[in-house]
Amino acid sequence: MTFAGWLQIILVFAIVIAAAWPLGIAMAKLFTRAEPTGLERGLYRLAGVDAGKEQSWATYTFAMLAINFAGFVVLYLLQRLQFHLPLDPQGFSGVSEPLAFNTAMSFVTNTNWQSYGGETTMSHFVQMAGLTVQNFLSAATGIALAVAVTRAFARSEAKTLGNFWVDLTRATVYVLLPLAIVVGLAFMALGMPQTLQGSVEATTLEGARQVIALGPVASQEAIKQLGTNGGGFFNANSSHPFEGPSAWSDYLSIIAMLVVSSALPVMFGRMVGDIRQGRALLIAMLVMLIAAVGAIYWAEANGNPLLSQYGFASAANFEGKEVRFGLAMSALFAAVTTGLSCGAVNTMHASLTPLGGLVPMFLIQLGEILPGGVGSGLYGIIVMALISVFVAGLMVGRTPDYLGKKIESKEMKLAILAILILPLVILGFTAISAMLPLALSSLANAGPHGLSEILYAFSSAAGNNGSAFAGLNANTPWFNTTLGIAMALGRFAYIVPVMAIAGSLAAKKKIPQTQGSFPTHGALFIALLIGVILILGGLQYFPALALGPIVEHFAMLAGKSF
Amino acid sequence: MSTKHANPSLFDRKIALEAAKQAFVKFSPRVLARNPVIFVTAVVAALVTAMWLRDLFIGNGVALFSGQIAAWLWFTVLFANFAEAVAEGRGKAQADALRRTRTDTIARRLLQPDQRNDLFEKVPAPDLREGDIVMVSANEVIPADGEIIEGIASVNESAITGESAPVIRESGGDRSAVTGGTTVLSDWIKVKITAAPGHSFLDRMIALVEGAERQKTPNELALSILLAGMTLIFLFVVVSLWGIAGYSATVLSVTVLAALLVTLIPTTIGGLLSAIGIAGMDRLIRFNVIATSGRAVEAAGDVDTLLLDKTGTITFGNRLATDFLPVPGVSEQALAETAMLASLADETPEGRSILALAKGNYRIAEPQLGNTKAVTVPFSAVTRISGVDLGERIIRKGAVDAVLKHVKLGPNSGPPAFNEAVDRISRTGGTPLAVAENGKLIGVIHLKDVVKSGIKERFNALRNMGIKTVMVTGDNPVTAAAIASEAGVDDFIAEATPEDKLAYIRAEQAKGRLIAMCGDGTNDAPALAQADVGVAMQSGTQAAREAGNMVDLDSNPTKLIEIVEIGKQLLMTRGSLTTFSIANDVAKYFAIIPALFLVTYPELGALNVMGLASPESAILSAVIFNALIIVALIPLALKGVAYRAVAASELLRRNLLIYGLGGMIVPFIGIKVIDILVSALHLA
Repeated sequence: MTFAGWLQIILVFAIVIAAAWPLGIAMAKLFTRAEPTGLERGLYRLAGVDAGKEQSWATYTFAMLAINFAGFVVLYLLQRLQFHLPLDPQGFSGVSEPLAFNTAMSFVTNTNWQSYGGETTMSHFVQMAGLTVQNFLSAATGIALAVAVTRAFARSEAKTLGNFWVDLTRATVYVLLPLAIVVGLAFMALGMPQTLQGSVEATTLEGARQVIALGPVASQEAIKQLGTNGGGFFNANSSHPFEGPSAWSDYLSIIAMLVVSSALPVMFGRMVGDIRQGRALLIAMLVMLIAAVGAIYWAEANGNPLLSQYGFASAANFEGKEVRFGLAMSALFAAVTTGLSCGAVNTMHASLTPLGGLVPMFLIQLGEILPGGVGSGLYGIIVMALISVFVAGLMVGRTPDYLGKKIESKEMKLAILAILILPLVILGFTAISAMLPLALSSLANAGPHGLSEILYAFSSAAGNNGSAFAGLNANTPWFNTTLGIAMALGRFAYIVPVMAIAGSLAAKKKIPQTQGSFPTHGALFIALLIGVILILGGLQYFPALALGPIVEHFAMLAGKSF
Repeated sequence: MSTKHANPSLFDRKIALEAAKQAFVKFSPRVLARNPVIFVTAVVAALVTAMWLRDLFIGNGVALFSGQIAAWLWFTVLFANFAEAVAEGRGKAQADALRRTRTDTIARRLLQPDQRNDLFEKVPAPDLREGDIVMVSANEVIPADGEIIEGIASVNESAITGESAPVIRESGGDRSAVTGGTTVLSDWIKVKITAAPGHSFLDRMIALVEGAERQKTPNELALSILLAGMTLIFLFVVVSLWGIAGYSATVLSVTVLAALLVTLIPTTIGGLLSAIGIAGMDRLIRFNVIATSGRAVEAAGDVDTLLLDKTGTITFGNRLATDFLPVPGVSEQALAETAMLASLADETPEGRSILALAKGNYRIAEPQLGNTKAVTVPFSAVTRISGVDLGERIIRKGAVDAVLKHVKLGPNSGPPAFNEAVDRISRTGGTPLAVAENGKLIGVIHLKDVVKSGIKERFNALRNMGIKTVMVTGDNPVTAAAIASEAGVDDFIAEATPEDKLAYIRAEQAKGRLIAMCGDGTNDAPALAQADVGVAMQSGTQAAREAGNMVDLDSNPTKLIEIVEIGKQLLMTRGSLTTFSIANDVAKYFAIIPALFLVTYPELGALNVMGLASPESAILSAVIFNALIIVALIPLALKGVAYRAVAASELLRRNLLIYGLGGMIVPFIGIKVIDILVSALHLA
């Protein structure tokens, strides 16, 4: 680890906080504005939406599910029929059924798991009209849900949580689109291609012919990062020279990934009328994330002792990393992309040292809340806050409340329902796959590393992350289907109980805070929240992790590799 | 606190024996099913028992191990049952004490109550019905709860309150309620029965502490859901581990997976949860307060506004002399002496306090009036003055305007120093009492409603806990404000009528606050019913007792504060033990996970930080620790965690440190110690 490395890391977080703070405040203003703008009014009239009519939690959720289901169907059909559609300069044929299902689910759920190589499978039309549209839609859906959940705490004795169509429109038109245009132009300036042309052929110095894939990269890249989508244009994702042309574009990618998710807690604080509440959530998220960056950086810098034995000058692990970015930026990217539910990669996670690889996997398993996907991170950490506050409230002798909303058995039941989903899906599918010869034939590595590949895949899918522990051939009917189901459950089976909590809390009276209710904006609460997240997560995944990366680590120290 | 409800030692031999018996009775599946965590433990124990029988049958050499695991899993269930049974046993002991107050007396039921004759028939008390009218004379036991409709009597209520001094009960007014089981000492009363025997609040309470009618309180329910959820999560973890282990060609036996599951699920808090709830009720009774529902006790912990009656709670209730303020030319000593003479025959508390002040602060000996001709002038409502004629000396004291009239001065026409003193006293909420001798004003006595010592500190403590105190008084706003500021309450309601109280409670509740109050009169009933925690005084009317959700047998309104503390302690105990229970899991993983995979992955031995002897002994030790910790924590569950009146964040920091961090560290030590014993005894 070097001073310069840490400086790069700290600088990223400083820039993110500086950008997220005003963005969060602007979003609070945007989503509390009563009157639609002229542009909005035109859009609502076009869609036949009554913007003045607010929705109950159930109606809001139903509207969200409906548009996402429609998005899923459209994306599925686009892939299957891409050879009939325009802008297919490479002449790709239709995508197979399981892969189209997997990819459609993947982009609808903001997971952007890619069982395919983008440049060799999808036409420009599908990339732009299908994938990029879903990049916006899934991110805007997340923001809208986060706004609805925020309103549950901001309002007192309310029956409604806002209007989904209005929130969705505003998130797209006034948050994601302007940011994507700015970032997209910056990416183009930094050297990313943006063209509707097909591949070009080149002759290499050795005289070999090489096909260089091109396409509308910069535009997809901007929303891929801003919307924590992570689905790359190219198979190699952000480590591809066209998706990550320089250290500067890499830097901008990390900042773009973090900014919206970091702004949402600020928006939350502002909307509930106490910005310190949002600040506390943001600090908890970033403290854990920075610790994770440090852990990966440390693990990679310490590297593999086997390397020293073979006479390398440094044990530092450079396998699977872009030397252009170096250890610090690779560690930072790996932690950020998994702490968020982004899933873009500039380094191959399977090539990380065992402990270095454990961290991204564990960050996903914690529920993608550090700071998590756009929107999903906020409502995810709020569920953890509810559970923390429940136990803490009891410990100070009061029926617990969070931000003046009493947490009773109904909320507890729903919160439990939500947090059950992830371990059920991740551990369940991993266990089945670990026993199934059909699934095991996809593995490239034996031993604990192979188990890590499966565990990582289902964690990534259920957590809606989308990054992969390469080595697993996921483009098989078994994995395409099960991973698709894991993604759907991880997203929607989590959202429904969370929205039900929001509905129940919104209806409650906001009780005043006294000395007897313990403050949820101070260091003590932050420490408690971190403790609950780590212990709960650790208890769920420790056995599985022990048989994957942990045992691999001890084996490595003993001079054994897999 | 009365001696009757003395605290039995935590493990009273009789209670412990009975509890041990009950612990086995509670193995009935119907009882077990009420507690999901313990139910899962029992199912798993049965499963491991079956495994043990199989191991015995096929003789695969692990029967000793699986047999021990099965036994300790059953012990876990047994200990949880025992915890509940001990709490219930202690509750039953209380209930028996309460029940003793009810005797099978013969009641004299009036046959024609409307006819104003006293024809009666003798019926056993249990046959009485609501609305019956009975006649109770001296030395008879009142057969059931009721309301006096005619007569007056002195009643010995020591059976209920433990207070031996008799109290007066009479028809009409606020002292018309009588309780079954108390004894009439003199005179007679006609009592209208308001609660049929078996349905009085006492009976409800008995049922509650005995556990027969125990329903889960709202918060207990929410916590149970959390615990059930955790249990489900760990079920996923353990079942999936079987598959994941299969990947590394490790076959995990049902026995070890069961051991892992039971050590992970929150058996500690799951086993103690109902004991904590029962113990909370029990603490309240021991405090001579009877709650009619568990919900009320829990609500008490949440209260954020206390409505306190000024008289008796905040002040002693009588105005006491605190200063002598003479007019110029008269010494304080002289005024004190004169005031004393004027009060010699005054038997009111005010009069006695004047004597006490003069004797105490001014060291004036009580004058001997033996050879002086003294004529006392008693207080009359017309003149509003009283005094004494001692030969030449004509001494009078009384209300300022009345004394001014007596010395032939118009209102406010006294000397400036006198007027100023009177003003100052009124302004600070006191009552000025003018003293005149031989037609001349000589000074003012300052009478004051004296605030109980230490009450201000208690209110400060309550404020730190986030509880607002509101004083309710019939005084005028000036007096009320003065006393409020002296006592340090946050707010007051002056010239309060019952309607004012009700309106105040409703307004506070509309702001989302929870209110506790106490009251005794029939006109308090609506407010008692409206309040979230309404504590009726045992001395109060039946209507008040029916309206409230608690009854204070000692009729001491100050107790409201302790009731809040008991409620908080109940919740805190639950929270702390939940934290402890979950924090325990960290150490259990470090014990069991390396043990499970030692054969496949010897490298994982690095996780065996406790250096446990063998895989079998590691697993067995974790299971034994998990069972024994329940027993070890029973005293804490029954006593409750220490409560201190400090801010919530301070309390949380403390409890997190003790039960969170402590909960992580303790099992590392405990499991290691048990492991040493287990391997020394060659049990595994």
